[in-house]
Amino acid sequence: MELRKSYFADVRKDDLHEIGQPRPRSDSPGHVTGKTAFFADRNFPGTLHLKMVRSPHHHARIRSIDTSEAERHPGVVKVLTAKDVPHNVYTILILIQIGPEDETVLADGKVRWKGEPVVAVLAETERAAQEAAAKVKIDYEVLPAVFDMEEALKPGAPLVNEYHGQNYYLYDSGECRKVRFGDVEAGFASADHVLEQSYQSSPIEHAPTETTGCVVAPEGNDRFTCYTNTQAMFFTLDNASIILQMPGNKLHFVGGTVGGGFGGKVDVIVEPIAILGAKLTGRPVSFIYSREEEMQISSPRAAEKVVIKDGVMKDGRIVARKVTGYTDAGAYSRHSPYGAQKGAGHYPGPYTIPNVWIDTYCVYTNRTPSSAMRGFGVTIGDFALEVQMDKLARLIGMDPLEFRFINAYRDGDMKAHRQPTEGAALIECMQEASRAANWPVAEKFMAMSSYVKGA
Amino acid sequence: MAKVPVQFTLNGSEKAEFIDSGTTLLHALRDKIGDTSPKGGCHQGTCGACSVIIDGELRLSCLTLAETCNGAAISTTSGLSEGGVLHPLQRAFLDTFATQCGFCTPGMIMAAKMLLDHTPNPSRDEVVEALSGNICRCTGYEPIIQAVLTAARSNSQNAA
Amino acid sequence: MALALQTFATVKDANTALKSQGSRYLGGGTLVVRAANEGDVSVSSLVRSTDPALSSIAVTDGKVRIGASVTMAAIARHPDLSSLARAARAVGGPAVRNMATVGGNLFAPAPYGDFAVALLALDATVSTDDGEAPIETFLTGRDSNRAIVTTVGFVLPPQGDFRFLKVSRVKPKGVSVLSIAAVLELAGDGTVSAARIALGCMADRPTRARAAEKALIGRRLTKDGIAPALAAAGEGTSPITDPIASAWYRAEVLPVHLGRLLLT
Ligand SMILES: Cc1cc2nc3c(=O)[nH]c(=O)nc-3n(C[C@H](O)[C@H](O)[C@H](O)COP(=O)(O)OP(=O)(O)OC[C@H]3O[C@@H](n4cnc5c(N)ncnc54)[C@H](O)[C@@H]3O)c2cc1C
Ligand code: FES
Ligand code: FES
Repeated sequence: MELRKSYFADVRKDDLHEIGQPRPRSDSPGHVTGKTAFFADRNFPGTLHLKMVRSPHHHARIRSIDTSEAERHPGVVKVLTAKDVPHNVYTILILIQIGPEDETVLADGKVRWKGEPVVAVLAETERAAQEAAAKVKIDYEVLPAVFDMEEALKPGAPLVNEYHGQNYYLYDSGECRKVRFGDVEAGFASADHVLEQSYQSSPIEHAPTETTGCVVAPEGNDRFTCYTNTQAMFFTLDNASIILQMPGNKLHFVGGTVGGGFGGKVDVIVEPIAILGAKLTGRPVSFIYSREEEMQISSPRAAEKVVIKDGVMKDGRIVARKVTGYTDAGAYSRHSPYGAQKGAGHYPGPYTIPNVWIDTYCVYTNRTPSSAMRGFGVTIGDFALEVQMDKLARLIGMDPLEFRFINAYRDGDMKAHRQPTEGAALIECMQEASRAANWPVAEKFMAMSSYVKGA
Repeated sequence: MAKVPVQFTLNGSEKAEFIDSGTTLLHALRDKIGDTSPKGGCHQGTCGACSVIIDGELRLSCLTLAETCNGAAISTTSGLSEGGVLHPLQRAFLDTFATQCGFCTPGMIMAAKMLLDHTPNPSRDEVVEALSGNICRCTGYEPIIQAVLTAARSNSQNAA
Repeated sequence: MALALQTFATVKDANTALKSQGSRYLGGGTLVVRAANEGDVSVSSLVRSTDPALSSIAVTDGKVRIGASVTMAAIARHPDLSSLARAARAVGGPAVRNMATVGGNLFAPAPYGDFAVALLALDATVSTDDGEAPIETFLTGRDSNRAIVTTVGFVLPPQGDFRFLKVSRVKPKGVSVLSIAAVLELAGDGTVSAARIALGCMADRPTRARAAEKALIGRRLTKDGIAPALAAAGEGTSPITDPIASAWYRAEVLPVHLGRLLLT
């Protein structure tokens, strides 16, 4: 690897000894010898296997649940329903005061997405748990469902989640996160061209090679050790403590070794119910998603829709940008209110634009709850923004890279959400990209700097 | 539940166990015998993380019933290094950063070993083909391909 | 009921065991064990036979008999079956090929069953203890079949007459968008004198492209010569829709790939 030291040479001490050097990873020897202990490599005698009975409907009222036959099935030790969960309605971001609690650990009276957990079966073997799960009888009254964000926002749409009372997350700023900077309508009026486009994405599954799961062992002193592949150890511990109404010091979480996460293992899904199972049976409990559950049940990246309207001058300056972003949370919040908020902070992209208007909505639909994934709230927005940048450049007949130099933010520029830009390096990145990709730009752009005024 | 005896050699040492009939080799190795180097990423045959070598053939332990392995010789990644000295493939996976989360690594190494056992100097295409039943979601396949080619080179240098 | 395996030395005894409720034959297990792992509790007893005849390959005077337990890997490396190696190698990755059997492939629902597509083009016969059936008859009735398939037999076509193509999105290993096998006999003047074309993924099981076969007779294998066959390729098909491709897409690309196969 080559470290270009010419960039920012006069503002940085040249004392980097580790960066730019290959260093062996501390965990690799365990990986190549098969000795690394993933959570499922913990094996306890007498472990029970947990299988979830899930909703086959996108939206339905539960009229009744009959677990009697499942409970009698050979090998079954315990069957859990909503009433067994001490604090059944929760939301993970409550830890940072982002409420309301809106999700059930086990469905209570209603299911809001296809795949929602309703009944947990604990048995001596996986097979016995699967067979018993097939014997749980649930009577559903199917309700109309809504899958499209714009449909969900229309008056009269089926209400997805009663804990919110409407199909969007209510921020302190109202129905959406808002950024207002300058006068965007005046900007459009003065522009040579105005271009409005909309961009859409589908949910994306992380598909880690190791599926989500945990193994819980009772310690015999009212304490439970939870071996887990969560990407958010203490976050999960604290939420488990709330859901189980159990002091945190009774919970010992062991983790840190994750067989691929990519953001898909930050929800608190398997641990609380597995710990509850261990508590109520006094036995170790293993709850591991099947591959099908990993693909269908675990939260994906949210589907998004982004509408961008830009006013641009013939000389390449963008003078106004209006963005409306929609994040499909699915049936429950999880991390999506935060994702939509991140979007508001991220638009209008790494460009200095004098007039900006941003609205981002977190919308509830009867789809699988979405959550974190690598740069969520930002990644799809960047796709939309950069495609829009190319379209704008084409519209005014300008080279797309030069067009970005003209609009790139630089140190001292005021961003739309009123943070002055600091430590920008976009100009330098593009200069390097221009060389590396052999995509030459005019000399004046190669002489620009992110932090030297006038350059 | 009917227990059945199984007996085979695992990385050269004799193993005998009573297991439930219908148990997969993956579960028998991991939960009964205690070799957790084969991983269960899908239990469907699609990820390759459970790959082991049975009587000189690469197999998916998640789709193999343990009872069908009576008398077989089974090798797994945990048996590769001898006396603390890494196998050339293990060394190469380390040196070329061919492992990230490490979940796919034991299966990848088994598939690669199978290739090098029969084809000591494989072409790049042969490496790609040999690894085609193994999924890695982290590393990107290029470092893994390079690791196998590097191991092959170091083998032939040692032989020379 | 837990899952249990019963092993028998003879096919006869295994056939008897298969008569009981909830039992299923175990070939290589790549489909049937997978289903059990995924929570299919309908099968509680797996039955297999270790009869060595099930694992043998015999090639005499161009006549081939392959035991039902023979794996794709064994076919791919057999010196006398090199013309079929491509079709055998089309199934799964290396580990799957070491397990996947010919017998199991005959039962594999689309998008699987690539080797069965080859066998259909080869006009194979399928044998059980009850007798022999043409593969087409066998495939049509396979859902109600209870007898163990013991062998498949066919006449090896002359070198070059057998062609096979599998189209997948992921290379080198990927599930089929579609697969096509063809046995073409050419007359001295280069025109097609006989044609058998089999398609995979164009229905829930391998099917013949009869209209295309007919349209090829008397034609040359040139762009113009095959045009009527390509136009007729989709006749009578009902392609599957799955995560790999929609029925619409499969129907749309079938003539393109059939054209490539015929012109190579
Ligand atoms: C990761 C993966 C990739 C795959 N890719 C492909 C692919 O690319 N192409 C493809 O064609 N297939 C593919 N398959 C499917 C499968 O591996 C093959 O179709 C294989 O040939 C099935 O054979 P088996 O012996 O494993 O069948 P099994 O799972 O043992 O059996 C399948 C069915 O056939 C019945 N059966 C098996 N043998 C007999 C017999 N002798 N008599 C009567 N009934 C019998 C069984 O009872 C069962 O119902 C793939 C599978 C996996 C897991
Ligand atoms: S666990 Fe066997 S192939 Fe994935
Ligand atoms: S290193 Fe994580 S799956 Fe390969």
